[in-house]
Amino acid sequence: MRRSPKETEESARVVHRRALLLGGAMTAMFAVLGARMRYLSVEQADQFRLLAEENRISIRLIPPARGLIQDRNGKTIAGNEQNYRVVITREDAGDVDMVLAKLAHVIPLTADDLDRTIKEINRTSPFAPITVADRLTWEDLSKVALNAPSLPGVSPEVGLSRVYPRDTDFAHVVGYVGPVSEKDLEGIENPDPLLTIPKFQIGKIGAERWLEDHLRGKAGTKRIEVNAVGRVMRELERQEGVPGADIRLTIDADVQNFAQARLGEESAAAVVMDVRNGDLIAIASAPSFDPNLFVRGISHTDYNLLTENDHRPLANKAVQGVYPPGSTFKMITALAALKEGLITVDTTVRCPGHLEVGGRRFHCWKRAGHGGVNLERALAESCDVYFYDIAQRVGIDKIAEMGKAFGLGVRHDVPMSAIAEGIMPNKLWKQERQKQEWRIGDTINASIGQGYVLTSPLQLAVMTARIATGRAVTPRLVRMIDGKEVDSPEFAPLGIDGDAMRSIRSGMYAVMNAPRGTALSSRIADDALVWAGKTGTSQVRNITTAERARGVISNDQLPWERRDHALFVGYAPYENPRYAVAVVVEHGGGGSAAAAPLARDIILRALSDGLPPLTAYPASQRNRIESMLEKLPLRDAEGRPPAPSRA
Amino acid sequence: MSFLEYRVKFVPTGLRKVLYLNWPLVVLVTAVSAVGWLTLYSIAGGRMDVWAGRQMQVFALGAVLMFFVAFVPIWFWRNMSALAYVVSILLLLLVEFVGSVGMGAQRWLEIGGLRLQPSELMKVTLVMMLAAYYDWLDPKRTSRPLWVLVPVLLTIIPTVLVLMQPNLGTALILLMIGGAVILMAGVSWWYFAGVATVIVGAVTSVFSTRGTPWQLLHDYQYRRIDTFLDPTADPLGAGYNIIQAQIALGSGGWSGKGFMQGTQSRLNFLPEKHTDFIFTTLGEEFGFVGVFSLLILYGLILVFCFVSALQNKDRFSSLMIMGVAVNFFLYLAINLSMVMGLAPVVGVPLPFLSYGGSAMLVLLLAFGLVQSAHIHRPR
Repeated sequence: MRRSPKETEESARVVHRRALLLGGAMTAMFAVLGARMRYLSVEQADQFRLLAEENRISIRLIPPARGLIQDRNGKTIAGNEQNYRVVITREDAGDVDMVLAKLAHVIPLTADDLDRTIKEINRTSPFAPITVADRLTWEDLSKVALNAPSLPGVSPEVGLSRVYPRDTDFAHVVGYVGPVSEKDLEGIENPDPLLTIPKFQIGKIGAERWLEDHLRGKAGTKRIEVNAVGRVMRELERQEGVPGADIRLTIDADVQNFAQARLGEESAAAVVMDVRNGDLIAIASAPSFDPNLFVRGISHTDYNLLTENDHRPLANKAVQGVYPPGSTFKMITALAALKEGLITVDTTVRCPGHLEVGGRRFHCWKRAGHGGVNLERALAESCDVYFYDIAQRVGIDKIAEMGKAFGLGVRHDVPMSAIAEGIMPNKLWKQERQKQEWRIGDTINASIGQGYVLTSPLQLAVMTARIATGRAVTPRLVRMIDGKEVDSPEFAPLGIDGDAMRSIRSGMYAVMNAPRGTALSSRIADDALVWAGKTGTSQVRNITTAERARGVISNDQLPWERRDHALFVGYAPYENPRYAVAVVVEHGGGGSAAAAPLARDIILRALSDGLPPLTAYPASQRNRIESMLEKLPLRDAEGRPPAPSRA
Repeated sequence: MSFLEYRVKFVPTGLRKVLYLNWPLVVLVTAVSAVGWLTLYSIAGGRMDVWAGRQMQVFALGAVLMFFVAFVPIWFWRNMSALAYVVSILLLLLVEFVGSVGMGAQRWLEIGGLRLQPSELMKVTLVMMLAAYYDWLDPKRTSRPLWVLVPVLLTIIPTVLVLMQPNLGTALILLMIGGAVILMAGVSWWYFAGVATVIVGAVTSVFSTRGTPWQLLHDYQYRRIDTFLDPTADPLGAGYNIIQAQIALGSGGWSGKGFMQGTQSRLNFLPEKHTDFIFTTLGEEFGFVGVFSLLILYGLILVFCFVSALQNKDRFSSLMIMGVAVNFFLYLAINLSMVMGLAPVVGVPLPFLSYGGSAMLVLLLAFGLVQSAHIHRPR
């Protein structure tokens, strides 16, 4: 079939026309694309550049190393150790359950770990890394690193973790750290960004908590480049933080260890204080616990063991526990009377074994009575009637005033948790607190440290230091911060007549050294170290008239929790006082038998470089003491606990 | 044999054909491909062996194919059109049935280690078929309904087959290529007006009834259309690609971050960065200047195709060249609109840049046809 040239030309013209039309449409499309590109990469370039940077750069905080806590000689009490852990980030992991299941094939994970991780992952933001497993071995960590390609969102990390090498010795003083909780954040207005790091550890109790600001340090930052799945490609910039300040306490780790070991399994507390500058040399509370358990996350079983123990290992008895001071309070009653001029050293009171006051009969511990006693004998033999008598005359308000002047019923400012104020009652106090009139019987009870009076071992140590020096010694726990000495203030004199102080001290000397002194068996035989003290035995129950008639039940016959508290305060050396000590043994029985020997061993340990020298003990006791000291579970020079083979 | 209607004054023979190649087109195609190699080399972090090397091999193979096709007289190819069309349809049917069973993925056929996408081939053979049809058809009958129905069916059949794969992007391109060739052949505007009315009517009725009790689609279908049209509404899901692509393009700025310095591509924020989204890496690293230069290269390729088509007095040749040009244009227009966030995401590669053998080979084959038509044009 042939076509005419005219036809062919006509159809070609149509093709040309329509082709040009299409060409026009294409040109228009090109113009649109060009304009769009111009919009994106010229007009909006800055915004997109920012977005691209946001994509690739992420800023992470570098937690600073926490400051060390050391004893007065630089021995480590709280340190940091390398901790290998594995973290997972939900955003990068995708299917968390699947990734965790894979991870469980690589390293050992307990069902607990997995549960906790999943719970935490669901609670926190998708980009926050959650710790899956902690304290891994280097080998496990390497395994995770090797399997990284099949474990999206999982990364091995090396961090610092708190460790307490002298575990039980300092649990109560230093406390422990733990991860920041919602509760911790509640009270803080502008929380340190560090606190938002998951699992960041802060001091929870004890010095760790109260010295937190010094110990924490300042966060560093690093700018890192991450790829689309959040893997870190390289570090762009790093600004190091400031590590926390190292802190030296006034505590001597060796004395502390000795005190803690010497208290043993008793429910007891001991405080040793340097009377010259207020340095707390030892603050022991037994039984104790291992703070490392809390840092690692304590198990329910372990925690229940601690809370169900009737000796209350978690309580810091040295500063938190309050006890009726018993006869250790008698110095205060006497000082009040001396200051008011109601008695002199030579004033004699006749003790028939009891005193009738307001129709009630108050007994002396010695039923037969002491006969006529002056101040020195009253202290040495701890005659109760003497103090009943003088307390009646001086009145409770003066006694309370004197007690406060010697640091009783006063909250001492030491960076530790739950420091008790105790109770130093007076008439106003009873009116306000009990809504009752003060009775004379209350004064009688208070005069021998019973009734409403409550004191902590720390307060008793302060009282003893003030008696020994006549100055307002205040306790301190921190010796150096970041290598700088903390000033120890010059303590002001208490303003008590020197003769009065001397007579009290000689009474306390007689307690230890007079033939009928209550603590004669706990005397120090070394002439240079001879000491003074006072025993106390405080009742935790009322003795009824009926029981008294039958004969008071002795402590051995009572169940543990109804036995008397045993107390002792003392200072050494007598002539040139260096240390004051206060010991409380809960339900220990008599102060002279249960508390005084402990106090002597501990103060001798503080006074000497090593174990207490046997020469300081009366010859007859040396054999017994020697074998007792040998059996004490003491740490070695590096702070390692004794080998269990000894037991 | 309508070609004989012209007096063939001079048709080059033997090696002389080399001199009569449309050399500017050869150079432009090679230049664009070279840009592709450079970009692939950069995306691989400076490695030849990952993508760029293989892409060059495929190009070399394609170039040989192009020259081979170019040197065979165009009337031979015209006579082959119907056969090529039928074979393509058979291949499409083959992947529909064998592809799904044999290879898991429906779109490919593995032939001698080479992945062949019949749908890509279909674009060229459809152009050939329609051009040959209109070459054969008496121009007077062009607008008669029955003679319009034939090319419409020729277009619809492969479109439906590709849609079933399912490959929406290629199906739309096939439809548009067919429409374009039919349009250029001179079919009356009334048909196009009618089709446009029907489409507009259908779309408006689908959307205007939305939310009413007599809505035409299910709710989930509407929602699917929503995310398809506006993926940015779902920034971590469907919209992630498109948002990251725009960040890459935009952050390139005027002159780009520099060769191999693109953070978006290097840090894997860009998905499909070596295939459909390769343009984003180019934009990130060479900026507006680089992208604009590429658009000029593309534009020049189209211009040279147009000039060649308009110069050609053979009806088959000019329709075929225009069809290939339209095909080429649709590739890049759809891909660039998608990458720049102007159109929904459909899987269409960027011609000569995106990594992948099938599209490259078919495009070079198509340009071989263009060259053959150019060499053997009636003078």
